[in-house]
Amino acid sequence: MNYRMITYILGWILIFEAIFMAVPVLTAICFGESAVWWFLATAAVCVSIGMLLTKIKKPQNMKLYSREGFVIVSLSWIVLSVFGSLPFFLSGEIPSFIDALFETVSGFTTTGASILSDVEKLSKSMLMWRSFTHWVGGMGVLVFIMAFVHLSGAQNMHIMKAESPGPSVSKLVPRVKTTALLLYMIYFVLTLAEFILLLFGGMTPFEALNTAFATAGTGGFGIYNSSIGGFSVYNQVIVIVFMLLFSVNFNSYFFLIKGKLREALSSEVRVFFGIVTVSVLIIAFNIMESFSSFGRALLDSSFAVSSVISTSGFSTVDFNLWPELSRTILVLLMFVGACAGSTGGGMKVSRLMILFKNLGRELLVMVHPKQVKNIKLDGHSVDSETVRSVSVYIVAYLAVFVASLGIISFDNHDLITNFTAVVSAINNIGPGLEMVGPAANFGFFSIPSKIVLIFDMLAGRLELFPMLLLFTPAMWKK
Amino acid sequence: MNIIIIGCGKVGEALAEQLNEQGNNITVIDMDMKKLNAVSSKCDVMGVNGNGATHLVQQEAGIENADLMIAVTGSDELNLLCCLIAKKAGNCKTIARVRSPQYSSEAPFLKDELGLAMVINPEQAAAEEIARVLRFPSAINIDTFCRGRVELIKLKLPENCPLVGVAVKDLSSKLGCDVLVCTIERGDEAYIANGNTVFEERDVISIIASPKKANDFFRKINYKSKSVKDAMIAGGGELGHYLCDILVNYGISVKLIEKDTKRSEELCALWGNSVTVINGDASDQEVLLEEGLAQAGAFVALTNLDEENILLSLFAHSAGNAKLVTKINRIDFEDVIKHLDLDTIIYPKSITSDLIVRYVRSLKNAQGSNVEQLHQVIKGKIEAAEFVIKDSNSVTGTPLMKLKLKDGILVAAILRGKNVVIPRGSDMIEPGDTVVIVSDRSELHDITDILR
Repeated sequence: MNYRMITYILGWILIFEAIFMAVPVLTAICFGESAVWWFLATAAVCVSIGMLLTKIKKPQNMKLYSREGFVIVSLSWIVLSVFGSLPFFLSGEIPSFIDALFETVSGFTTTGASILSDVEKLSKSMLMWRSFTHWVGGMGVLVFIMAFVHLSGAQNMHIMKAESPGPSVSKLVPRVKTTALLLYMIYFVLTLAEFILLLFGGMTPFEALNTAFATAGTGGFGIYNSSIGGFSVYNQVIVIVFMLLFSVNFNSYFFLIKGKLREALSSEVRVFFGIVTVSVLIIAFNIMESFSSFGRALLDSSFAVSSVISTSGFSTVDFNLWPELSRTILVLLMFVGACAGSTGGGMKVSRLMILFKNLGRELLVMVHPKQVKNIKLDGHSVDSETVRSVSVYIVAYLAVFVASLGIISFDNHDLITNFTAVVSAINNIGPGLEMVGPAANFGFFSIPSKIVLIFDMLAGRLELFPMLLLFTPAMWKK
Repeated sequence: MNIIIIGCGKVGEALAEQLNEQGNNITVIDMDMKKLNAVSSKCDVMGVNGNGATHLVQQEAGIENADLMIAVTGSDELNLLCCLIAKKAGNCKTIARVRSPQYSSEAPFLKDELGLAMVINPEQAAAEEIARVLRFPSAINIDTFCRGRVELIKLKLPENCPLVGVAVKDLSSKLGCDVLVCTIERGDEAYIANGNTVFEERDVISIIASPKKANDFFRKINYKSKSVKDAMIAGGGELGHYLCDILVNYGISVKLIEKDTKRSEELCALWGNSVTVINGDASDQEVLLEEGLAQAGAFVALTNLDEENILLSLFAHSAGNAKLVTKINRIDFEDVIKHLDLDTIIYPKSITSDLIVRYVRSLKNAQGSNVEQLHQVIKGKIEAAEFVIKDSNSVTGTPLMKLKLKDGILVAAILRGKNVVIPRGSDMIEPGDTVVIVSDRSELHDITDILR
C-alpha cells in the first residue's frame, strides 16, 4: 500500500475543499454575515494541512494500484465530510458534531436528508455551503481534482473507477484528464442553464443558485422548510426537467454534442424515461381524487417521481400522505435510482437491466441447458466480469441494507420509518416515509443510528465497495 | 496527435506507453478485453473492443479525427486490411507491421499503391541493427546523426581501462581526443554526465563524436575496435535469414546453425557457398565448440526462446572471446537482463516501437516541432534529438557558457558545413548549423526549448 501517495492526494482534497469554501465565504460577504470567519478559519486549517501533505515533498513513488484507488476514494470522502462539517459545528448553528457531520455527508453524497427541523434558521452562507456540497459531490470531488491536478498517468483510472457510479466506467476520450474536464464542462453548462431559467421564473439569485446546485448534484437540500413547494409552477417544472436531465448518463450528452443521436439514446436512457412515464401516470391517477384538476395531480406526481428516481429528494407536497399504491411505487423507485454515469444514486437502471437480463438468461438455460446466450446492452455483449460484479453488488447492497436496518431498529421506531430511512440513506435520496417523510427530518435518531446512516450514505454514493473494503483486513495486509 | 493503435501485443503496448507519454491521445483496439484492460490500467489510453479491420470499430475509435493509425496485430494480412479501411474511413496516415518476407519485399509497392506511410518489418529492422553492431563490435549500440557524420556510441568500460578514475572534464587533456561524454549508467542509475563525474569500472557510457574521432578514442582506451571477420549465428529463422543477407554483403563469413533439417536445406539453397549452414542443435555445447565458437569473432543468438538465447550467449562468453549479440523477444525483463555479461541485446519489439515513435515525432515536425531525428539514449529516460537551426534566434550567436540552459540539457554536437564541432563553453550556435541535444526530458520540440 502506497501510504505516501494516499496522504498526498488527501492533501490535495483539503486544498480543494478550502477553494470550495470560497463560495460560502463570498455569500457571507454579500449578506454581511459573521459566519464568514468560521469558513475562513476552516479553509485556513484545510490549506495548511493540505500544503503540509502536498508541497513539502512530492511522493517519489507515484504508482497507484486498484486497492489504493479504493482507499483514496473512501478516505477522501470521509476527510472531505469531516472538514466540511466544521463550519456548521464551530459556528454553533448545528451544535452537535454528529449532526453537523450527518448534514455534511448528506450534502456531499447528494442525499439531502437533514437533521434540521427548521432550515430557515440557518444563515445564508451555511445554506449556500450545504447546497454547494451537493454540486461538488454530484460529479465527484476526485474527478474534479483529476481535471485540474496533474497526477501522472493511467493510475487515475483506478480512482475514477472507484468514484464514478455505475457497473462499468468508460472514458469519453483517451485521456482521463480530458474526460474529467469534459464531464465537468457538461455539468457546469447544465447547472448554469438551470440557474438562468430559474431566474426567469422570478427566483432571487440566491434561491436560484441554491436550487440549481442542489438539483445538479441530485441532492435535494432546500433552503425553505417547504422545499420547492413555495415556488411557482414554472419553477417547479424547471426543477422537474433538470432533475431528470441530471439523472441521465453524462455520456449521452457527450454523444449529443458529437451529433450521435442513436448512441445518446441508449437503452438505459430509454428504459429510465419509460419507468418515469409509467410511474407518473399511475400515481397521477391514483392521487387524482384529492386534487382539483388532473393537471395539478400530474404536476405533483411528476415532481415526486422525478425527485425520487433522480434521488434528489426535493418535495412540493408531502407524498407521505398519499394512498398506499403511490407510496409503494415511490419506495420502489427509490431502489431503482438514476442512470449510471449521472449524478444520481440508487442501484442504477443499467445495473437492474443487466440483473434482469441475467435472470432471463438463467431461466432460458434451465429450459435449454445447452443454450449459449449473451447478455446484450445496446448491441454490445456485456462481459461476464461485469455481470458477476453486478450480482455481487446486489449481495453487498442487501448485506449493508439488512445490517443497517438491524442496528437502526434498536431505536424502536416503526418499521416503515426505519426501512425507508435506510432506503433513503443508502440510495442517497433524502426523504423516506412516516417519521422521515418529506415534511419531517432525521434529527430524532440516536447517535449510533446516525453514524450507521452516515456510513450508508457514503457507501451508497461510492457504490458500496470502497467503504466495505476499508473494513476488509486483507486490504491492509502488507 | 490522435493515434489509433490496432493490436495490443507487446509492440502495441510499448507504443501506447511511449506515445502516450509524449502527449498524444491514444486509442487502442483489440479483440481481447483482458489485454485492453491491462493496457488501460497501465497507461492513460482508451480501449475499444472489437475487430480493428471493421469500419464500425474504427469509427467507434474515432478514425475520422485520427492523425495516424498503426496496425501491429499478429497477422500481416489483417494489418494491411486495417490500413486500407482506415485510409478510406478517415484521412489519416497509416503504418503496418509486415513481417513475412514475401510481403515485406514488396514494401515500396505497398507504400505507393495502398498509400501506407510506413511498412515496418521488425526482423528486418533488427537484422540491420545487429549488422551495424557487428561492424563496430566495441560498442553496445550505435546511433547516427547528421547523415552519419556524428555517431552516438554506447559502450561499457572494460576492466583495467585507463579511463577509470578519470573525471569527465579531464578526459580530453588526458587522452588528447575530442569526444563528448553524454550519459553514464551505473547500476540502475542513469544520468547526463557533468564535468566532475569520475569514471568507474563497468560503467556504461555514451559518447558523441565523428566516426574518425571515435576510432581514435577506442584505440586510446585499449578497446578492440576491429570489425568482425566471421560470425556464428544460432537459429535460422526470419531474423537469421535477413542478417545473413546483410552480413554476406559486408563480406563477413557466416556460420549459421539451424536445428531443422528441412529449413537448413532451404537456407542453404538461398546463398550457396557464401554461408556455411550447419544442421545441428545450437543448444548442444559440443556442436558449438566443434564449429569453432572459441575462435569466432562474433556470436549471435537468435533462437526462438529468450532463455535459450541468454544461456547460449553466456556460454559463448565463457568459451571464447566473441562479440555477443543476444535477441530477446520479451521486453519486460530488460532491467534484470542488462546486469548479465551479454554485450549487446537486441529487442526486435523495442526496435519496432522505437522506429514508429521516431516516425511520429517526425510527423510532429510538420506540425510545428523541429526535431529532425530522435534517438533514445537510455530508454524512457534520456534521448538525443537533432535540430536544424534555420534562422537566428535566442540561442544563436551567444557562447554556450552564457546561455541559460535548463537542467539536464547537453549541447552534444554541432555540425557546421562538413565539420563536426564538439562544443566547448566558448563555442556558439550559428544559423545553418545542425545541433544534437541530449536531454532527460521529452518535451523538446524546438531548439529554443533548451533555454530556461
